Amino acid sequence: MEMPKPDDAVLSNRLRIADDLRAIVPGEGVIVDEDERRPYESDGLTAYKTSPLVVVLPETVEQVSAVLRYCHENGIKVVPRGAGTSLSGGSLPLEDGVLLGLGKFNRILEVDYDNRCARVQPGVTNLAITKAVEADGFYYAPDPSSQIACSIGGNVAENSGGVHCLKYGLTTNNLLGLEVVMIDGEVIRIGGKHLDSEAYDLLGIMTGSEGLLGVVTEVTVRLLRAPETVQALLIGFPSSEQAGDCVAKVIGAGIIPGGMEMMDKPAIHAAEDFVHAGYPLDVEALLIVELDGPAQEVTHLIGSVKEIAESCGAVSLKISESEQERLGFWAGRKAAFPAVGRISPDYLCMDGTIPRHQLPKVLSRMTELSNHYGLRVANVFHAGDGNLHPLILYDANIPGELRKAEDFGGDILKLCVEVGGVLTGEHGVGVEKRDLMPAMFTEIDLAQQMRLKCAFDPDGLLNPGKVFPTLHRCAELGRMHIHKGKLPFPDIPRF
Amino acid sequence: MTQFVPETAEQLKDAVAWAVAEEYSVSVKGAGTKAGFGRPMETEHEIDLSKLGGITLYEPEELVLRAGAGTPMAEVTAALEEKNQQLAFEPPDLGFLLKGESAAGTLGGVIATNLSGPRRIKSGAARDHFLGFEGVSGRGEMFKSGGRVMKNVTGYDLCKLMAGSWGTLAVMSQVTVKVLPKAEKERTILLYTDDPAVAVRALTDALNSPYEVAGAAWLPKALAASAGIDLVSAEESGVAAIRVEGPGPSVEYRCARLREAVGVLGKTEELHSHRGKTLWTHIRDVMPFAAAGDSRVVWKISVAPSEGPAVYRQVLFLKGAEAFMDWGGGLIWLAVDMSNGDMDSKGGAETVRDIVAKSGGHATLVRGDGRLRADVGVFQPLAPGLAALTRKIKNGFDPHGVLNPGRMYDGV
Ligand SMILES: Cc1cc2nc3c(=O)[nH]c(=O)nc-3n(C[C@H](O)[C@H](O)[C@H](O)COP(=O)(O)OP(=O)(O)OC[C@H]3O[C@@H](n4cnc5c(N)ncnc54)[C@H](O)[C@@H]3O)c2cc1C
Repeated sequence: MEMPKPDDAVLSNRLRIADDLRAIVPGEGVIVDEDERRPYESDGLTAYKTSPLVVVLPETVEQVSAVLRYCHENGIKVVPRGAGTSLSGGSLPLEDGVLLGLGKFNRILEVDYDNRCARVQPGVTNLAITKAVEADGFYYAPDPSSQIACSIGGNVAENSGGVHCLKYGLTTNNLLGLEVVMIDGEVIRIGGKHLDSEAYDLLGIMTGSEGLLGVVTEVTVRLLRAPETVQALLIGFPSSEQAGDCVAKVIGAGIIPGGMEMMDKPAIHAAEDFVHAGYPLDVEALLIVELDGPAQEVTHLIGSVKEIAESCGAVSLKISESEQERLGFWAGRKAAFPAVGRISPDYLCMDGTIPRHQLPKVLSRMTELSNHYGLRVANVFHAGDGNLHPLILYDANIPGELRKAEDFGGDILKLCVEVGGVLTGEHGVGVEKRDLMPAMFTEIDLAQQMRLKCAFDPDGLLNPGKVFPTLHRCAELGRMHIHKGKLPFPDIPRF
Repeated sequence: MTQFVPETAEQLKDAVAWAVAEEYSVSVKGAGTKAGFGRPMETEHEIDLSKLGGITLYEPEELVLRAGAGTPMAEVTAALEEKNQQLAFEPPDLGFLLKGESAAGTLGGVIATNLSGPRRIKSGAARDHFLGFEGVSGRGEMFKSGGRVMKNVTGYDLCKLMAGSWGTLAVMSQVTVKVLPKAEKERTILLYTDDPAVAVRALTDALNSPYEVAGAAWLPKALAASAGIDLVSAEESGVAAIRVEGPGPSVEYRCARLREAVGVLGKTEELHSHRGKTLWTHIRDVMPFAAAGDSRVVWKISVAPSEGPAVYRQVLFLKGAEAFMDWGGGLIWLAVDMSNGDMDSKGGAETVRDIVAKSGGHATLVRGDGRLRADVGVFQPLAPGLAALTRKIKNGFDPHGVLNPGRMYDGV
């Protein structure tokens, strides 16, 4: 993975830069010692490691603003970091870049039930928001599997999803407002407790911008009232086609479950070995369908889903009878990544989205690719919304195997695009999928996205080397090539 | 002035590229139903998208529909209805309000204006259902963003930027949206109350319950009377309305519980499907201010729901003022006389914006004559930092200011 060439002048000034930053963030908040920088050298995509220039851990918005202004004035790159669980290398440090950790922004500032929202600092973990309001019957809906650890600021930057996205939306659908510090230190506020400010949707643009547009210092999230009842079905199928068919028919029947997840045989076995969730081991595909709402509604819908599943050839079907049993159904799915981690020294987690009906084709191509590369693959699938997580098993200690795994992953993602899908459904582009962007976008498409970046960060100091395969100067991107005088198109109807 | 009516995306690109090269400004029009909405523009040419229509992909089981930007909403709605689906954000038909007749516009227009109806509070806005597009930027280049799948974080989410950009950044030729099943059944609980604070208390309690409310509005007495629904006008008082949707048994159960809960605040009633639909369409399309001969200035005010009653009371002092609330108190539709005495002869603009600035939120001038719209602007003025950023974004997409110049703000 090639990163932008480090700036020697910056590298050789490490200690002076650290001193300057200490004037802004006193005490322990600036880390320059090599050993102490080490914990920050990678994120959830552990295949890549880089030690940052310095780590800064500010505690106030004023400090964030001053740090950014300083870096802006001195042409120093900045990589924002939340909890460092990104699976795409979004918070991978740069050798010549300041790593700006938001971990100390860990307070819930306000819970406002009358407006069904909470104002929180970006370092608060996803789960902590729900924990803070659950005694009052509320929750924050997007629930990435990493929710114990990942920060809400990181969720905003990645537009993270979870198993309940199908019904309740991604991060972007559950935000009301942000406070953002721009690279020049200016603090802007977007949205608030009201809906739909009529202006360019900066809230929408910031969400999923992977730390390339600004640093989020406050988030206003929407809170939802928890449903009265939640129940799940665990359904086994002799083939993934049948499981896919069942998913399509459930939605076709007008049912939008709270969650609808699929696992293939290798994933089922890995999960079962790990957590003993009671999964059937003789099926090719396992579906978890969760329904929530008043008891009447849930019972009614469970009946409908059961009928559909049976008509699609389900060979095993369990309905959770208690909260404990329901959580048991989920235990295997939620632990799928670490479970696969147990059966292989290393794994890469891919994240493509496909139109759901393409699932059989994609799975069978994946089996061929698996044979071709000689690497195993296990699949977990947000089946309701077509988001596929193939886990590619490899061993980094075998020379060349990481490279093979990456190529395999690249082939899978290109296949996703080929069948009408996209490169990433929730993990972000980061460094991991950066060079695959041309599989989905033309140069013009990418240039237009980069022009948006130019409006926020004209010098390209925020998280460079991520998302875009080639860096262009903003001046170059702004240039237009105009051919005057051509007489307009005889063939366009006009009046 | 030439009006271009491209029939293909390629022709659209040529037309924009020509305008860019010659530095002509163009206005972009779907069906023209919102021509009177936004700051008035004087452009040299016009691009009419009505021939870029037609549904090109509709897969009900995948919840996705793709169509030319110029596809009439009527066509989209009809196709969805056949499969018992809908656009869950409930796009309003502002035709009655703006032109005195039904005019639902085009799918591209609905997205470009990001207008959503009462179900916004539960299902999200137009932007939340917008998956992908293809279009031509103000640089005369064809580009795309998003896709046809529900989950996608590949690159910046330009769909969000296009939704609500009023054609000032690019001309969309094709859009892809998420569609959802229609609810099997709907019911509406009415709580009779003249007090907006009591109403918002009831709406808040309902929205904070686990009963998944899909509409929460309040009409004062005079506007309740004009809705033309017997139960709504029966008590000769204001009416809070709470909509519940879903499978039959669930709707009955939730209605019963909600009625118990809000019943402590006043007398309640229940509207069943047909009359309920009439009421919510009435609210969605701002019909209380669409009567023939009503030429008052109309504002759409979005605030934190808990601020609703206070804002309501303050704006009612304006001359000729009437107002009602939607979105659980978070949306206030206000009609006022154009001239508001010596202090403010600008449709209450200063007062409205002052109030909104204090409470936090956004006021949009939805109906007003061209002079007023030019004079006071249509959208809430932006803080300096945001205004500068907005200009830079515009500049990245449309550096010569060719597309709908000034429709949103001066120079944007
Ligand atoms: C086991 C495991 C399971 C996972 N499951 C899911 C899942 O189900 N769904 C899902 O969507 N993701 C999942 N992820 C991925 C990851 O947890 C999410 O992307 C998460 O949102 C990252 O949050 P973070 O705080 O760790 O961010 P980081 O990794 O620290 O940063 C991620 C990106 O956000 C930027 N950033 C962070 N904070 C800020 C800020 N305050 N302002 C601006 N930019 C900022 C960084 O620069 C970087 O580009 C999983 C990861 C792991 C390890």
